[in-house]
Amino acid sequence: MTVTTEVRSRRSALTRNKLPNWAPWAVAAGALVVSAALLALAGFNVWGWAVLAAVLFVAANWAVSFAVEGARKAADRFATSLMFGAFIVALVPLVSVIWTVLANGIAGFSLDFLTSDMQGVRGRVDNATAAGESPLMGGIAHALAGTFLITLWASIISIPIGLLTAIYLVEYGRGGRLSRAITFFVDVMTGIPSIVAGLFAAGLFAVIAGPGFKAGIVGAVALSVLMIPVVVRSSEEMLKIVPNELREASYALGVRKWRTIVKVVIPTAISGIASGVTIAIARVIGETAPLIVTAGFVTRMNTNVFSDWMASLPAFIYYQILNPTSPTNPEPSTLRAWAAALVLIVLVMLLNLGARLIARIFAPKTGR
Amino acid sequence: MSSNALTESGSAGRAGDKIFSTAAMVAGSLILFVLFCVAVFLVKESIPALTADPADLKGGVSFFTHIGALIIGTLIAAAIALLLATPVAVGVALFISHYAPRRLAQGLGYVVDLLAAIPSVIYGAWGVTVLAPALVPTYVWLAENAGWIPLFTGPASATGKTMLTAGIVLAVMIMPIITSLSREIFLQTPKLHEEAALALGATRWEMVRMAVLPFARPGIVSAVMLGLGRALGETMAIALVLSSGPMIASLIQSGNQTIAAEIALAFPESSGLQTNALFAAGLVLFIITLAVNMVARWIVARHKEFSGAN
Repeated sequence: MTVTTEVRSRRSALTRNKLPNWAPWAVAAGALVVSAALLALAGFNVWGWAVLAAVLFVAANWAVSFAVEGARKAADRFATSLMFGAFIVALVPLVSVIWTVLANGIAGFSLDFLTSDMQGVRGRVDNATAAGESPLMGGIAHALAGTFLITLWASIISIPIGLLTAIYLVEYGRGGRLSRAITFFVDVMTGIPSIVAGLFAAGLFAVIAGPGFKAGIVGAVALSVLMIPVVVRSSEEMLKIVPNELREASYALGVRKWRTIVKVVIPTAISGIASGVTIAIARVIGETAPLIVTAGFVTRMNTNVFSDWMASLPAFIYYQILNPTSPTNPEPSTLRAWAAALVLIVLVMLLNLGARLIARIFAPKTGR
Repeated sequence: MSSNALTESGSAGRAGDKIFSTAAMVAGSLILFVLFCVAVFLVKESIPALTADPADLKGGVSFFTHIGALIIGTLIAAAIALLLATPVAVGVALFISHYAPRRLAQGLGYVVDLLAAIPSVIYGAWGVTVLAPALVPTYVWLAENAGWIPLFTGPASATGKTMLTAGIVLAVMIMPIITSLSREIFLQTPKLHEEAALALGATRWEMVRMAVLPFARPGIVSAVMLGLGRALGETMAIALVLSSGPMIASLIQSGNQTIAAEIALAFPESSGLQTNALFAAGLVLFIITLAVNMVARWIVARHKEFSGAN
């Protein structure tokens, strides 16, 4: 009531029937107090308090606005609360994920963790760790090496194919039947579930090298099935925005088409292409499913992608949680999994940040 | 022939042109070939399982009975994920594009993109170590108070490793994807439409409803469909979170299984006909996700001229 009298005292038609800016805050404070009081009767807990207060706030804010400002403004305020609510609801699990990885990851992380592998780390060792008799043993050196090599080979396979395909689509295809087919099937490839890509690679190498063949290169082939469409799409977009005047100027000077592409078109688009490729690498580096069906899993270092099973960082996390080294004391394994998860997240974030940086550094100079 | 620089010098360059254009075309055709191979290998490896005698297969049931349960499990998980993620994701996208202070909005958009890049195995690890234990009291409460609904029949799982938990983890995973796709479409709404709505006296919500949402609707649908495609094919989160079992209606007991998780869990130890059955399961998953993605692209293509979804 005090609100309406204050507004009336200004006697402006424009501000009449409008809640002051502090009104939502007042309602929020009221909702907090009332819900705390209600919960105090039934037994207090923080989550219940937050949820009840939020519901009360949304309802009260709508009611107050409806009484003073009318139905339309009330609907607007209601929608605004829902948007903020959606944002907060989304934040809770995501913050929880990041927090869990950081808190547990840092607890399990050490320099030894990066430089040792899991050879000799058996249930007995973990039992000793859990009993507090020894520090956390084992590490991810083998998994890091595996992830690096598999991703490297996946990049070696998919970057040239992806880039050349994008060049074909933009420079040579000119909307012909083949280029339309390629565009369509690249779209289809984008939607292949990662586990199916893994099955494909496993099936392919079962034919080439005999059934049950598992090695790093099989994983790399599986990953490149996932990586090629990303590289094609991003490179295509980047090549498309190279101005035609540049190409025509080059042709007018008598330069051959392939020289034009290599010396003019690609250097102009290189920043976008490089950042697209980096994003593609970031996408496949965390893929787990294709690797556990193609590359197997081992506890020791293997640097040969063409023979023997190979560990990788995501598979390491997966197996440490699914089959703890010591079934009776899973804590050390869980700790190792989180530390590996931290390393993996840092890698992915660095690649994403690197992509932004590349895009900025190599952006063509505009001369202004 | 006279030695004319214009006609003669080009032999080296012409060869370069030929080589380069051929290489580009070969690379493009290679993609078609690879995709063709994916289909061929999956079909070839599947056939033994499809035609096998039920007695030779796992559990002694025919492949189609086996895969039927897995398909239903996959659909349940994806449905839970979509039901939970879509409203929140669209809300967050609208919040970032039209509600948050501008200076905050760009940073938030960037954070959402980073979250979409977090590997799924990490979401799975979070789901099984943090979310599942945290949900147990809720499940117990649901079993006691809503047990008469078939979906919440007790006794609730003591570990929390249930279909509902798996669905929630999937929702958390696909939310950043749907958010970042729909945010981009919301940002493409013609500024003039928005300003016209506001100039006619619309409130912000009315502006969103009258100018932004109609423009973005096909884009939202296709973003949701792409999220659905991701949820259907997602492996690790389910493999880690769900304690699988035979098909049941209750979402708060352990049970059910999805195609992708079944492949990931069973493939490393499988051999012979069982491997063929897993390949066939992969083929079914491939066809389902293909259909979903095709529908998504069809929706986008149909509304291409009228919206910012392309």
